[in-house]
Amino acid sequence: MTRLSIAFAKPHPALVAFITAGDGDTAANLDALVAGGADVIELGMPFTDPMADGPVIQEANIRSLNAGTTTADIFALASAFRTRHPDTPLVLMGYANPMTIRGGDWFASECNKAGVDGVICVDIPPEEDPELGPALRSAGIDLIRLATPTTDAARLPTVLNGASGFLYYVSVAGITGLQVAAQTSIDEAVARLKAHTDLPIAVGFGVRTPEQAANIARVADGVVVGSAIVELVAQHGANAAVPVRDYVASLKQSIVAARKV
Amino acid sequence: MTITERTPNSFRNQPDERGHFGQFGGRYVAETLMPLVLDLEREYRAAQQDPSFAAQFDDLLEHYVGRPSPLYYAERLTEEVRKDAPAGKGAQIWFKRDELNHTGAHKINNCVGQILLAIRMGKTRIIAETGAGQHGVATATVCARFGLPCFIYMGAKDIERQQPNVFRMRLLGAEIIPVTSGAGTLKDAMNEGLRDWVANVHDTFYIIGTAAGPHPYPELVRDFQSVIGKEARAQMLSRINRLPDLLVACIGGGSNALGLFHPFLDDKDVAMLGVEAAGHGLDAEHAASLAGGRPGILHGNKTYLLQDADGQIAEAHSISAGLDYPGIGPEHSWLKEIGRVRYDSVTDTDALAAFQLLCRTEGIIPALEPAHAIAAVEREAKKMDRDQIILANLCGRGDKDIFTVAEALGTKI
Repeated sequence: MTRLSIAFAKPHPALVAFITAGDGDTAANLDALVAGGADVIELGMPFTDPMADGPVIQEANIRSLNAGTTTADIFALASAFRTRHPDTPLVLMGYANPMTIRGGDWFASECNKAGVDGVICVDIPPEEDPELGPALRSAGIDLIRLATPTTDAARLPTVLNGASGFLYYVSVAGITGLQVAAQTSIDEAVARLKAHTDLPIAVGFGVRTPEQAANIARVADGVVVGSAIVELVAQHGANAAVPVRDYVASLKQSIVAARKV
Repeated sequence: MTITERTPNSFRNQPDERGHFGQFGGRYVAETLMPLVLDLEREYRAAQQDPSFAAQFDDLLEHYVGRPSPLYYAERLTEEVRKDAPAGKGAQIWFKRDELNHTGAHKINNCVGQILLAIRMGKTRIIAETGAGQHGVATATVCARFGLPCFIYMGAKDIERQQPNVFRMRLLGAEIIPVTSGAGTLKDAMNEGLRDWVANVHDTFYIIGTAAGPHPYPELVRDFQSVIGKEARAQMLSRINRLPDLLVACIGGGSNALGLFHPFLDDKDVAMLGVEAAGHGLDAEHAASLAGGRPGILHGNKTYLLQDADGQIAEAHSISAGLDYPGIGPEHSWLKEIGRVRYDSVTDTDALAAFQLLCRTEGIIPALEPAHAIAAVEREAKKMDRDQIILANLCGRGDKDIFTVAEALGTKI
């Protein structure tokens, strides 16, 4: 069992929490995510051109890069996290260029050394899998693919081919942090995805309240929350750990309760 | 418009079926866009097989854009360049006059093709990015012509320095959306265009302005722009019964250069030179992705990019807002790597001098983009024999640039 599969085998749906690496006190914020009860951590790799992100995460990327964050810094954060938290799965999320600039093999090997469990790359679709997929698979790192409202049944097998860890369902056609999908459309999409795969389905984009998280938790295997946490980091700067922990705890409580109903 | 020939051993049968030009190109987009990009490819293949699509495209180019554009022998410029050339040197300089197109640049060729595709696909809303505003104006123009709502993403900084084009686009009925993220220039406008597209996939067509972006954009933009080279090749043969020895064109994304070069790629004796913007110099701020960049992935394709060791994208600089982009179309990256096309660069200063030279010798005010090509033509002509021929693409006129040039020359207007 991998750390990711253990996280998704718990009796409650997984809370997947995102922050941007190098934005604020990242080590303290990562600890706060774990303390608040996050089951899976997504650590965003900042990029100058985050095409799929809304204003909140765009600004986090800019803050991080302006603070001088490098790829080496991100792997150092990941390594240190792994030492402090041997069991919490850590997934790197970001864009193709920083991940592939030194070659897919280099990136996969660094992930492996740092104890990273999975990678989500926004702009490498299955059609360009050779760029990163084979390297990750041979290093034992899960390649987490995205499915969206535009991914129809005919295309889904292409997306699932080579995917592992979990499937990230992007619930709205749009960018991060702005819109919220109608719950009925999420219910339908998760049912449709589950008919095609045994991978756990985590649902994200626009999730910010404990109520939304609970609604998703009733149907999905995981709930992804990103922009709402990044907003707390923006608001509290270097002192974001406590508000982040409390907010994550409120989401977690609501997710755990949702399945008991 | 014709279908790209699929002949073996040709330089003209790229990209492959996955949209790759060698290691470059491809479809590096978010999953939300992927089905749409595949749709676009299917629809483009169908359009290529449809004689009525070609007929409509050709008709609009002739009667709306004003094609064919003239092929012109720049006699006085040739004489001027010969004055400083070694004895017997100083090639004849010819221009393909795409600056005479409706809207003043080659950009309109591509916009006509793409809006016909958009209509074919049943899309009802058009978006585009623009730097200098030339592609924005061309997009707003075809949207007005076909009655489709038009939204143009433009960097806040570019809006400030390109007020005349902003006003033109508004006159044409387009809505300009200022982009304040990043440095507020073309790259950021493209990010914002992609964000809009991903949120409006059901009804929106993104008219990309250069031969870059996810497959099939680099291919289809090249095909629509290839009218330039096809005309030029036929005009050369009919006027002087021979092909040029050297083709020269400026390169930002590279659509005017590919448009000129592509129909000549299999003519072994025709050399080609692409001219990037060296800005303040290659050791300072510039926009020469091939000279100063490395292969990477941005805006849907793999190509040469200005970037740091971690793959963070650098800001480009050029006096010409149309060349001010840290990437280049993927087919150019491929043509560079296989050695079929040579690439060089020209600084802001040399482009400004060439701009003035063309004004004085030929009575043509060029855009700052082709002024880069003209500066390179001067250099090359002096190395070539007098009976040799250079054909350069005069891809845009300079009316839009008079304020920038005045400022650079220290003149108030």
